[in-house]
Amino acid sequence: MKRRFDIGYYLSEGFHSIFTHGLMSFAAVFMIVACLLIMGSFSLVALNLEKKMGDLEADNQFLAFVDETYTRDQAVALGEQIRAVPNVSSVKFITKEEAKAANDAKYAEEDHGDLFADLPPEVFRDRYAVHMVDISQLQATVDAVEAVEGIDGHQAAVEVSEGLVMVRNVAAGVAAILIVLLLLISLFIIYNTIKLGTFTRREEIAIMKMCGATNGFVRGPFIFEGMILGLFGAVVAFFAQWGVYELIVRAIDTQQTIQLLQAIPFGEIWPRVLGTFAATGFVVGTGGSVLAIRKFLQV
Amino acid sequence: MIRLLDIQKTYDNGTKALKGISLRIDDGEFVFLVGPSGSGKSTIIKLITGEVKPSGGKLMVNGFNLGDIRPGQVPYMRRTLGVIFQDFRLIEKKTVRENLTFAMRAVGASPREIRKRIPYVLDLVGLSRKEDRYPSQLSGGEQQRVAIARALVNNPQMIIADEPTGNLDPQMSLEIMMLLEKINELGTTMLVVTHERELVDRFSKRVVAIENGRIISDETGGYYNNEETI
Repeated sequence: MKRRFDIGYYLSEGFHSIFTHGLMSFAAVFMIVACLLIMGSFSLVALNLEKKMGDLEADNQFLAFVDETYTRDQAVALGEQIRAVPNVSSVKFITKEEAKAANDAKYAEEDHGDLFADLPPEVFRDRYAVHMVDISQLQATVDAVEAVEGIDGHQAAVEVSEGLVMVRNVAAGVAAILIVLLLLISLFIIYNTIKLGTFTRREEIAIMKMCGATNGFVRGPFIFEGMILGLFGAVVAFFAQWGVYELIVRAIDTQQTIQLLQAIPFGEIWPRVLGTFAATGFVVGTGGSVLAIRKFLQV
Repeated sequence: MIRLLDIQKTYDNGTKALKGISLRIDDGEFVFLVGPSGSGKSTIIKLITGEVKPSGGKLMVNGFNLGDIRPGQVPYMRRTLGVIFQDFRLIEKKTVRENLTFAMRAVGASPREIRKRIPYVLDLVGLSRKEDRYPSQLSGGEQQRVAIARALVNNPQMIIADEPTGNLDPQMSLEIMMLLEKINELGTTMLVVTHERELVDRFSKRVVAIENGRIISDETGGYYNNEETI
């Protein structure tokens, strides 16, 4: 008789075992859901912050002022040197006249808009708007640009950018730590659930081994049991995550004070969430099963 | 066919269970293995079924060299054997038929093979009408018949029975032994470990006696009847 991959047998035995230890199975699924939900929530917060930081980086710039003694041609010639500085993505030359016009426009709508109306353009200086690749290197980039001969002074919100970078890094770090911790907890719970199943069925396993069952055949139903529990937990967690996320998005939308935060619509990220949950559930379920069944194969 | 050549077995705790045993059991033979508790009978069974490895010597079971067998080959060696235990070891929540199906599925039998084989084996052990009963609904003798059927169902070359009548009354024991003899006559090699003096002498088969890890007697025609060997 040749050994066959009897998927029907594995599935039926796997489901049978799940219902035989209903309470433990329920606990395993519940813990997987809870872990995935917490893990997913933190990951989505980190994802949203990452996107927000990306948006900020896209807008991120600082102003580098040209030495007042430089002529217009000399000032324009500095552009190439600034562009060559590491982390600079683009530069835009702004003349003192353009700077005055922008300033006038900025205050035109205010009650005291005529306050700066009579200022001559000479009060302003030619300048470069410098855009960067990575906002976290703002200070280093400012220093490098200021080192260019002909650049005299800058205007940049270093503290703000450093604060935003720190928030993003902390969120990403906390999410990473939580993911590792919760994955280990989920693995431990699945491990114990399957171990209980193997303990209950130790006589059956011994008989199977004595009849000549291969390790793969003995392991099969338990691996399927873990896989079913993991995937079922992942699907439940996905829908729960969807609900929680929508509730938070609605809460943000109705709050005037935090309207700066625009959450990514769940419709844009659900395939990634479902894929990650399913993969995590699969790995945790099968991994826990494989670890739990090892000992019982030594018959 | 089984060959044991100067087999020694020392357990991790230092116990020397077998001290150089040589034994040959040919295909189709019926052999009783007798001896007091702690003599090494169980160790021989464990060696033959691949549960433990010998510490020294050479051991061949149905063409497999168990001295250096790869772990992946052990299941295929076990498929050449059928094992019967004193305590039956049936799965209580499965019916007679399901117990046999379980044993056949464990070795990858197809549903067609299972449908064909199980009625034949149940008929052989006289349990055709009780295939839907659970073990708890059967007598001790009937449960042992189910265990024999399970050992037979994968058509092994050899059956190893470890105290098969230990939990049965004399009449049941006789019936079980007669059934094993019948199966042996159909071509299956039989190795029976027992303490039942009357049964051993009644069947006049080859008897191998062990004591203190050594074979002290190997002769045909009863053991306990022979005053000189006691």
